[in-house]
Amino acid sequence: MFTPVPNPTTNPVAAKFGQQDLIRRSASSVTAPAKRQTEVAKLIDVSKCIGCKACQVACLEWNNLTEEVGVNVGVYDNPHDLTANTWTLMRYTEYENAESGNLEWLIRKDGCMHCEDPGCLKACPAPGAIVQYSNGIVDFDHDKCIGCGYCIKGCPFNIPRISQVDQKAYKCSLCSDRLAVGQGPACAKACPTQAIVFGTKDEMKQWADHRIKDLKSRGFKNAGLYDPPGVGGTHVMYVLQHADKPQIYAGLPNNPSISPLVEVWKGVTKYVGLAAIGAFAAFGFLHHAVAGANRVTAEDEKNAERLTEGRR
Amino acid sequence: MSKSEVDAGDGVHPGKPVIVDRYTAAARINHWITAISLVLLALSGLALFTPYLYFLTGLFGGGQLTRIIHPWIGVVLFLSFMGLFFRFFRLNLWERTDSVWMGRLRDVLANEENKLPEVGKYNAGQKMVFWSMSLFILVLITSGVVIWDQYFGNYFTIEQKRIAVLIHSVTAIVAICVWIVHVYAAIWVRGTIGAMTRGKVTGGWAWRHHRRWLKDLVTGKH
Repeated sequence: MFTPVPNPTTNPVAAKFGQQDLIRRSASSVTAPAKRQTEVAKLIDVSKCIGCKACQVACLEWNNLTEEVGVNVGVYDNPHDLTANTWTLMRYTEYENAESGNLEWLIRKDGCMHCEDPGCLKACPAPGAIVQYSNGIVDFDHDKCIGCGYCIKGCPFNIPRISQVDQKAYKCSLCSDRLAVGQGPACAKACPTQAIVFGTKDEMKQWADHRIKDLKSRGFKNAGLYDPPGVGGTHVMYVLQHADKPQIYAGLPNNPSISPLVEVWKGVTKYVGLAAIGAFAAFGFLHHAVAGANRVTAEDEKNAERLTEGRR
Repeated sequence: MSKSEVDAGDGVHPGKPVIVDRYTAAARINHWITAISLVLLALSGLALFTPYLYFLTGLFGGGQLTRIIHPWIGVVLFLSFMGLFFRFFRLNLWERTDSVWMGRLRDVLANEENKLPEVGKYNAGQKMVFWSMSLFILVLITSGVVIWDQYFGNYFTIEQKRIAVLIHSVTAIVAICVWIVHVYAAIWVRGTIGAMTRGKVTGGWAWRHHRRWLKDLVTGKH
């Protein structure tokens, strides 16, 4: 058993991280802190998940969210997709393993992966609406969010959702408020099988190694850790029985990275665009300085008068 | 024989100086609605385009309101520009002399207009502004709808929105550059702005810059 995060003291304590620990801030530059906090991570072991949805309930409960009553369309996924209120969602896949002939029920807890290189933050135009703490948490500041939906375009995992109530973007905060006072995320706390565990990123990798060894000894020869390098690694990681085929887990991307369209839009376009506008304006000033105004001469007026004289 | 360069509402009043009616009141109102919309769109769009200009959201009441209002101004611009398009497109059709004019851009920039072919109501530069703006505004409204998440978010995939937002921003930049050319030309060629404020230019201005138009007006060619 993995030793869970102990219950912290009930006495008031100072927050463990805050504005001084930001390593990235949307649409602004920050001076990175001299010392980075220990990176944290949540490890989701798909092989241990029993699909009870306690994590979903705990998430709604802790974050004071209410989901609408949905409609059953014959699958266990409820609601059918992530929403502005459902920040984490169990996605159920029935997988026929051709090799073993077994039917495997793959249950993946979907939600924000807290990328080391967050596409949402890169795309966000509102200063400070998305921040990344040095411990790896990517968090939304709803007071600053303008509801443009750029984060959705930036995200390689299709996670953020815009609320139809206040038109602001919502996603898993990795329970930054709980973490700040030494607790673990609500979902991890509620998980009855320790399919979700929480600790430092190094601890989680070690624990994942231990789990992968166990899975391999049981015949899952492709068991492995999902910590995709395309986004610099993530602070939510999966242990997958079939790490060679992430896509079978309800479309988990094989090798996610920020879309090149977003990179171009937020990179070269911004600078070349502003430079082009500046160049056109500068050309105007220069041309006027060199060639001068194009003025109508007295002779032009005379010519026009001569031309119209016939009609007088 | 070439087509008449005269538009409905154009007229010539002999005198000293000669006064020429160039734009009707309706055309001018139509133009200024388009112009104001375009400036507001550029300001609100640039605010969301780059963090350096995010402060411009202050002009619109903050980030949320900028995000809300920008697409609606876009709708106004599109409808208003449609008006301008149908008003002006006939005399903006490209002609062979326009290519000659474009080929002598050096003379144009050097204010050597006597070396250029006689121009109708619009010169080749104005026609280029007209057609490029027509194309860009069509691209902008189309890509803009794709990224108007509040109302159309469910109709497009994320990948389509990524493509649309890139096309939208690049097209907007180019449109702003064309707009700079348009405004600069109006300032550089003195006597032009009166055409859009009072609707009138002097005969000398018409003789110098749009001689074929003036001649058609005087001869009453229709």
